[in-house]
Amino acid sequence: MSQHLSEIDGKGYWSAVVRLTISLLLIWFAVSYGAGILFRDFLDQFAIGGAPLGFWFAQQGAIYVFVGLIFYYCVAMTRLERKFNVKG
Amino acid sequence: MDAAFWTYFFVIATFGLYIGIAIWAKAGSTDDFYVAGHDVHPTLNGMATAADWMSAASFLSMAGLIAFLGYGGSVYLMGWTGGFVLLALLLAPFLREFGKFTVPDFVGDRYYSTAARVIAVVCALFVSFTYIAGQMKGVGVAFSGFLGTSFELGIIIGMCIVFVYAVWGGMKGVTYTQVAQYVVLIFAYTVPAIFISMIITGNPIPQLGFISNVRGEDVAMLDKLNTVVRDLGFLEYTTTNKSMIDVLCITGALMFGTAGLPHVIIRFFTVSSASAARVSAGWALVFIAILYTTAPAVSAFARLNFIDTVHESTYISSEVDYDGDGVINGDDYTFRAQQITQEGGKPVPPWFKEWEVTGLLGHNDVNGDGVIDYTPLPDENGSISYAPGMNQLAIQTEVSPLDRDIFVIANPSIASLPGWVIGLVVAGGLAAALSTAAGLLMVISSAISHDLCRRTLFKNMTDKQELLTARFSAAGAVVLAGLLGVFSTQLGFVAQVVAFAFGLAAASLFPIIFLGIFWKRMNKEGAIASMVFGLVSTFAYIYFFKFGGGTPDQYFLGVSPEGIGFVFMWASGLVGIVTALVTAPPPKDIQDLVEDIRVPGTRISHGAADSGMAPVPAE
Repeated sequence: MSQHLSEIDGKGYWSAVVRLTISLLLIWFAVSYGAGILFRDFLDQFAIGGAPLGFWFAQQGAIYVFVGLIFYYCVAMTRLERKFNVKG
Repeated sequence: MDAAFWTYFFVIATFGLYIGIAIWAKAGSTDDFYVAGHDVHPTLNGMATAADWMSAASFLSMAGLIAFLGYGGSVYLMGWTGGFVLLALLLAPFLREFGKFTVPDFVGDRYYSTAARVIAVVCALFVSFTYIAGQMKGVGVAFSGFLGTSFELGIIIGMCIVFVYAVWGGMKGVTYTQVAQYVVLIFAYTVPAIFISMIITGNPIPQLGFISNVRGEDVAMLDKLNTVVRDLGFLEYTTTNKSMIDVLCITGALMFGTAGLPHVIIRFFTVSSASAARVSAGWALVFIAILYTTAPAVSAFARLNFIDTVHESTYISSEVDYDGDGVINGDDYTFRAQQITQEGGKPVPPWFKEWEVTGLLGHNDVNGDGVIDYTPLPDENGSISYAPGMNQLAIQTEVSPLDRDIFVIANPSIASLPGWVIGLVVAGGLAAALSTAAGLLMVISSAISHDLCRRTLFKNMTDKQELLTARFSAAGAVVLAGLLGVFSTQLGFVAQVVAFAFGLAAASLFPIIFLGIFWKRMNKEGAIASMVFGLVSTFAYIYFFKFGGGTPDQYFLGVSPEGIGFVFMWASGLVGIVTALVTAPPPKDIQDLVEDIRVPGTRISHGAADSGMAPVPAE
């Protein structure tokens, strides 16, 4: 049976969730729109293996970071749920 | 055993498997039919989502598209993966916690409005039908190209298969067939990619080959590709002629569109809880990333290999008796190829001849020298232009026709792989198309049976009647989708999936779902204004530039129709917020509901918000 909202600090939990979400979305923005598009020309002067770095972020790197972001979010959310005693 | 035998073998074997799964997974209730009983394992749902998401276009066309667009193709790679981050962080867990069946369910109940529900149904139906027509067309092309049936018969066979597992098994049948389809399609994609990576770079992992040197040479693969295409007169591979603002907006429209597509969102209703939805989104992206990080490597390898083997090769006709034995057969190619090699020339590669018969590629000898020149031909003004906005894909060469799908489907023969690999690739392409079609069918049938019939028109329907209606609407949708596929070449909007489906999902569905969760104050009036604005503005813009005679120099802020959904998404969100602020706040029940879905495990029924249908609690 569902617990009711009054028993837990819903507001505190929610603001922690929003903070976490915003910081992860900043990384999401930085690796795709940032590294892959806006700052690509700058990053292209560096190389990863034989690929220009900005180009590599646009075609490979951003995707790897996306995967990492979602799993980090899962772990961090479980931690928040435990901290605020939310069922999850 | 030849390729034709293996193609039949794999296609029949996989179709048999899908039907077997469907019989095992019969849906017994509306809960089973719409959301697979809410108890799919997160990892399996991740696989099903990956198959649901990766369409015929991802499987067959994306690598070829990137091979020609180079850096410009990155919009698809970032756009079609980055959307899953938005889904996982902003939508999926909360919509699961909301605990109902469909996207219009959320819109209708959160915004306590039948009008909002009906507009959401219209959006979902338009987006899904645009998308599904392309899938059915893909099935028709695969059948007619590889199994020698007619295009129409191919679509009918595909329709029958989807009919069995979607109508019989509902979401439950679709889910487990999608899991099987994922396995088929990822295997079919990666096996040839590994071999072609070994040929070009000597590294068996395509993602590493992508950043390695060319095999046996001291030059990076991408550097070599840049040099080669530049010397031929094409744009360098790691550059684009699209403006930065356009690349940014297209990526944005694809990302937010992905997050707003109903057939992707509903996959997360099938797991047991909000936290399962989060984990599931992570797995979905892992399974998608396997294909999406392989694709750009395949693109670069294939382009390089294509130029290496085809450019400046001497064409060998299939209609000349070269060895003079009175018959024209395979010996003529071998004979002539040896002759050319002895003369110090390069014969056209065997795979080119093999695929020429399908009409996907050919030689148009413009200068009449008998040699295939893979260099850009001047347009009617006598110039070769890469001005911004100019469509790179429209550049012609002596390799004409040249269907870009060849870069995926010819890979096995380019890499001289055994015949069974070709059969596997065909089965993989069909799996990609059918799995996406099935996911879309579920959106269409539930929008009609659940949102229109049960929740709007006939509120007293029993569960049993609704299940029957759902099966009938799924059946009707299969037939309609097939017809759209058959007539897809005459229907211009089908080819504009990227612009229409993603643009509309981004501009009309994403903002109100997002605001519905993250802004308690968002109300009915705001939601309706936002959806209508997003729908009308985006549709009008795309229509004007795709069919109404608009030209690229008239683009708003330089943004092409493919990217405009991103611009109008912000605009429609703003329209919604302003409208909500000048009208009355939503009722208390609704605000309580929003608080509940934010905190997992606290969802209870809230009067007006849930009077039409009780939420299904998380496990």
